[in-house]
Amino acid sequence: MPQSADTVKDHISLFQEPEYKELFAHKKEQYECRHPDEEVAKQLEYTKSWEYREKNFARQHAVINPPRACQPLGAVFAAAGFEGSMPYVHGSQGCAAYFRSHLSRHFKDASVCVSDSMTEDAAVFGGLANLVDGLQNCNTLYKPKMITISTTCMAEVIGDDLSSFINTAKEKEAIPADLPTPFAHTPSFVGSHITGYDNMIKGIFSYFWDREAQLTPTPGGKINIIPGFDGYAPANNREIKRYLDLMGVDYTLVCDVSDTFDSPTDGTYKMYYGGTTIEDTRAAINAKATLSLQEFSTEKTLDYVATKGQTVAALNSPMGVSGTDAFLMKVAELSGKAIPEALEIERGRLVDAIADSNAWLHGKRVALFGDPDVVYGLTAFLLELGMEPIHILASNGSAEWEQKTKDLLATSRFGDGGTAWRGKDLWHMRSLLFTEPVDLLIGSSYGKYLEKDTGTPFIRLGFPVFDRHHHHRFPTFGYQGALRVLVEILDRIFEVADASSDISYDLTR
Amino acid sequence: MSLDYTVDGAFNEGLIKEAVEAHPEKAGKKRARHLGTVKTDAEGTSTCGVKSNIKSVPGVMTQRGCAYAGAKGVVWGPIKDMVHISHGPVGCGHYSWSQRRNYFNGTVGIDSFVTMQITSDFQERDIVFGGDKNLEKMIDELETMFPLTKGYSILSECPIGLIGDDIEAVSKKKAKDTEKLVVPCRCEGFRGISQSLGHHIANDGIRDWILGKNEQEWETGPYDVNLIADYNIGGDAWPSRKLLEEMGLRVIGQWTGDSTLAEIERAPKAKINLIHCYRSMNYICRHMEETWGIPWLEYNFFGPTQIAKSLRKIAAKFDETIQANAEKVIAKYQPLADAVIAKYQPRLDGKRVMLFVGGLRPRHTATAYEDLGMQVIGSGYEFAHNDDYQRTAEYLKDGTLIYDDASEYELELFIEKLKPDLVGSGIKEKYGTQKMGVPFRQMHSWDYSGPYHGYDGFAVFARDMDLAVNAPVWSKIKAPWKAA
Repeated sequence: MPQSADTVKDHISLFQEPEYKELFAHKKEQYECRHPDEEVAKQLEYTKSWEYREKNFARQHAVINPPRACQPLGAVFAAAGFEGSMPYVHGSQGCAAYFRSHLSRHFKDASVCVSDSMTEDAAVFGGLANLVDGLQNCNTLYKPKMITISTTCMAEVIGDDLSSFINTAKEKEAIPADLPTPFAHTPSFVGSHITGYDNMIKGIFSYFWDREAQLTPTPGGKINIIPGFDGYAPANNREIKRYLDLMGVDYTLVCDVSDTFDSPTDGTYKMYYGGTTIEDTRAAINAKATLSLQEFSTEKTLDYVATKGQTVAALNSPMGVSGTDAFLMKVAELSGKAIPEALEIERGRLVDAIADSNAWLHGKRVALFGDPDVVYGLTAFLLELGMEPIHILASNGSAEWEQKTKDLLATSRFGDGGTAWRGKDLWHMRSLLFTEPVDLLIGSSYGKYLEKDTGTPFIRLGFPVFDRHHHHRFPTFGYQGALRVLVEILDRIFEVADASSDISYDLTR
Repeated sequence: MSLDYTVDGAFNEGLIKEAVEAHPEKAGKKRARHLGTVKTDAEGTSTCGVKSNIKSVPGVMTQRGCAYAGAKGVVWGPIKDMVHISHGPVGCGHYSWSQRRNYFNGTVGIDSFVTMQITSDFQERDIVFGGDKNLEKMIDELETMFPLTKGYSILSECPIGLIGDDIEAVSKKKAKDTEKLVVPCRCEGFRGISQSLGHHIANDGIRDWILGKNEQEWETGPYDVNLIADYNIGGDAWPSRKLLEEMGLRVIGQWTGDSTLAEIERAPKAKINLIHCYRSMNYICRHMEETWGIPWLEYNFFGPTQIAKSLRKIAAKFDETIQANAEKVIAKYQPLADAVIAKYQPRLDGKRVMLFVGGLRPRHTATAYEDLGMQVIGSGYEFAHNDDYQRTAEYLKDGTLIYDDASEYELELFIEKLKPDLVGSGIKEKYGTQKMGVPFRQMHSWDYSGPYHGYDGFAVFARDMDLAVNAPVWSKIKAPWKAA
């Protein structure tokens, strides 16, 4: 008998037991009518070929394993970064359940979001009645300081008008007229989750700056920092704040989920925990500048902020030495504050570490995928490590991203072999890895299937990371974050070296 | 069932009142019908006292999903040798990608496609001009990419039903072109009120597009059965199958966890359908009964008490050989069950459990907890119907709190006030509950563990409940300088 009370076997070992192996074989042989093993093996080999790759890249309609989600996920993430904010999805309820599950699986933390549960009658008559009831119920039960509303594709296809619906709800006194209700239309069939993030941040700004009251900017000395859609936000935002505090910068971190998605277990569940305050969000109009850390997640937001007379600037997920340097220098330029020596020392430690490990990094070929800013920032870091980014894939990357990445590659001889792939998916990546192999693959948890299929050593870096715990509790941003990424890369390289040969099984490396 | 304990029904009635009164009047009135306690009348009939399968109240944070989730995530998705197309925008397929843990044997991307996200990735132009042409060409491309697939299911997301696409016509055309099965499934997320309609629509798809269409050469034996509605979460269906095979039955179709299309097509040849998740597949069992006269039988493979009862119930449908075999199987595994109970009951005895799961487990797992000496003090379903609640009352003690389609608010209130020793629910409920210092197990995904079915699974179930309830971390919730 394979199971015992003394040593309980779960799925990881139970199904390796002979009894189960026999069961599988019997089921396959007697009942499954599968293709013969030889045919499966032949097709498997064929999928590794250049010929298959060409057919794969000829696809124009079928999308296979795209590492990209839809707009409202980004909007719900954005909504979670404000004090007392309840994310609200106007449309089908299943979407809200998916967003909550998705965020919880990554952050290992509670994620809240109400929906107004539109069904077939709402498809015919519109979702006004759902929105009016939904806002009232949400406000009564959960007592939010603001309700932050986005849409599902159902509401978008039938053309519900959030602005007028919300006004009607307030006229009907479903919710108090002064309860902040920022909103954004976030159709799933346009862009991806980073588009939804952009639309929601813009929606929040424009609500507080234009709709709630027509504010006139009175420029002060503060700067706004928008971190972007970031799976490492809990730790990264804390690191950003530490840097800014060390510099003595007066700032507002706009959309701060560092507490929302990383709250303590102390016996009380706090639905609202942390976030950018509403007061700071209103006052953000008076900043002298807004700096986005993710250019491609905040394009519309920055255009809008610029209309308020602010200086706007954007980076691409600053990572590594130069990325962090650029961040600090940009902040120094915008704020007029000096970069303190303490940060220079941190920088020096990172450079020290890279110099120590350089030989193991040099010339290693890397494939990477993820959101455009993250992939860009990582590519820049790889180049300064002397590694060679080869397949650089952003399924939601724009033409501008592609050009910018090409320009980046052209700055270094380590970029000679690199290609920026936009609009491609992980089935494309599979062909790339088989036909032009690399030493390392870096991306979100979905990359684990590529590691299994192609044997490429894989490092998890991106969103979502479902199958490793707590990565988001440590930064990827700044000099400290770069150290963490460096160590992960090195560990993987050393593991491969240790596993590859008995002869070179060195004690010291 | 035999475990003797009482539940404070009066306290629970008070909780219901508190929950209802927290809502605006209209919403409170609606929610009141979904909250109740188990009561037994003078004739000995137990009822849960709740209405179910009704639209969720907007804005209360229902934990429910949608029809697409029920059709793709539950019923179709696990069929391993078909390509399941999430037809519409990219999100639905993304969020459901590899999340149900429907284990299978096969080569991914070659002859099995369970852990893939294949989507038509609707863009604005598809909304404006329709997605049918795109879908046709997509299937041609998938034929090139995955020539060994046995067919396709087309799982509609919200926009499809709103823009008037004719996926049935596309399916017929492409079935002809590819000479493979192509099944349209109208499981748009706005249809119905929960995952449940998605199950039903998916069942209808199997009925209308598969069963009886492609007759297989199959000589039916006297012991041919289908194992229906086990989705092989963490491998659940395999220890279940093992028990049936050890009894001498031939499991000619296993639906839909680790199933192939052939196993679906062959189903009408069986002598009986054995159904585990009644909620998601009773429809197709009724259809097979009406069409081919195949009887069906519900069973429960959670915990030794229910397993033995079910094995005997199943055996009673067959001859004395099978009945004798069933006794042998029970006798073979009872020592394992006894050893598991001997090991874990001392650690779990008297621990109080609250459950909130989908459409089956809030009742089906109750006795397994009781086998370990645990007490179920509250239970509820996301998407059960009246017939599920009818089947539930007999599992539970009088006074047990029942919550249908409970909202986040209600669950949080009930957990806070009842202070159970364990909550069994889903990923959305997990982390908030743990913040309260209350141990938790995900009971949809088995919290990445499993299997929980059968005797082999019961050992895992017992181990997991123990490791959750008795984790040292729960003694660290309060800082020692604050512990009063």
